[in-house]
Amino acid sequence: MKTKILFITIILLSISGFSQDLEDILDAETEETTFNTNATFKGTRIANGHSVETRKKGDFEFLISHRFGRINSGAYNLFGLDNSNIRFGFEYAFTNNLTIALGRSSLEKTYDAYLKYRVLRQKEGKKYFPFSLTYFGSIASKTLKDYDINNKPSFANRLAYTNQLLIARKFNSSFSLQIMPTFVHFNTVQNELDNHDIYALGIGSRVKLSKRFSINAEYYHTINPFESRAVQNSLALGLEIETGGHVFQIILSNSRAMIEKSFIAESTGEFFNGDIHLGFNISRIF
Amino acid sequence: MTKKSILLLLSALLFIISINKIIAQDKFFTKSGSVSFFSYTLVEDIKADNNQVLSIINTGNGKIVIKMLMRSFHFKKALMQEHFNENYIESYKFPKAIFKGVIKNFSKLEKKDVAKIEGILTIRGVSKKISTVAKITQSNRKIILKGKFKVRVADFDIRIPTVVSKNISKTIIISFELNHKLYK
Repeated sequence: MKTKILFITIILLSISGFSQDLEDILDAETEETTFNTNATFKGTRIANGHSVETRKKGDFEFLISHRFGRINSGAYNLFGLDNSNIRFGFEYAFTNNLTIALGRSSLEKTYDAYLKYRVLRQKEGKKYFPFSLTYFGSIASKTLKDYDINNKPSFANRLAYTNQLLIARKFNSSFSLQIMPTFVHFNTVQNELDNHDIYALGIGSRVKLSKRFSINAEYYHTINPFESRAVQNSLALGLEIETGGHVFQIILSNSRAMIEKSFIAESTGEFFNGDIHLGFNISRIF
Repeated sequence: MTKKSILLLLSALLFIISINKIIAQDKFFTKSGSVSFFSYTLVEDIKADNNQVLSIINTGNGKIVIKMLMRSFHFKKALMQEHFNENYIESYKFPKAIFKGVIKNFSKLEKKDVAKIEGILTIRGVSKKISTVAKITQSNRKIILKGKFKVRVADFDIRIPTVVSKNISKTIIISFELNHKLYK
């Protein structure tokens, strides 16, 4: 009897277990590869400011953004909705790493152009790299005729430049963090007390609530703010909804502007006094 | 144990060894197999290719194991690839797809034949029984398997939001071409 059991066991052993054997070979033959970390942020904006993301080569993105007036301006102004600042933007991705864009804001009738270049990418796998780095540089040109007719400023007088390093890490699928060392230069300032060169440090984050919803937050601390004006650090909170080719963001911010030089250096609203602008960003990729 | 039973055991062992020799235990392997999938709708056609598919066949019993990384699927539109990995497949959670199955009546197949393949396909941690046929071309040095089959997106718990439901087909066609070479 014992012999019989042994006999059967040996036969069974020699037949079974091949599949596991095959899997082991596949596992041993699997080469470790490197993948770029994708979708650190869903959109090219965290809220007001830019994220490390750029669009893929050949993508053309159209952006419409609104910021209404202050919520605490009362029912007479329909809580700010009467008073809207709008920006249209067109972005084109020449390569996966380079995006060039043009925009126009109704606030101070400002045109802006910018260039965004991905310098480093966070990577997983064999050639691990811990963070992404993107350079952002923009020029803004104010065209509002708010000057004395006898003292017309030159085109160059009305320019402001922004340079930013966007450094981000996607910690996991739901949490990403970004820091933004920023330098803004104004060719003209309102008062001689004011610096032409403004330095700021921003921090931004995304927390994913589900596959398509996330909460974004962004804060810029200005190191040497304008002296002649009661300027405030810019704070923005956003709810982001992604559906196919659209990214939709609903934003609450003490900044009314949607371009860097303005919201970083020229925000005057006090968020916790209710000087909050409701706004939204809509993006469509073609 | 009696002398007789020891003798029986020894002969049994010899029998097994000889069987294993008769049924050649060769393995055929590839790590550059191709798997593509297609989604056809009136709105758009979506296609993705993976050319780094690993596959191995044991000619002794016809067993086959196929493995691939979901992030190695390439799409024409990079944004689609991002959505595929982030929203649908969740590649960070479920990096691999595995098929474990058997080529039926392997030892009786001709050099060029049509083989019946049955097994379990696991995507996103969800396993589904698959039964299909494939063209097989074999020699001493290689085994080529070529074929296609359909899967339902819903079978793997993949939810497609209503906004894009017209863009993505409910049934996906998966095609494969696996060019195995003798594995040493």
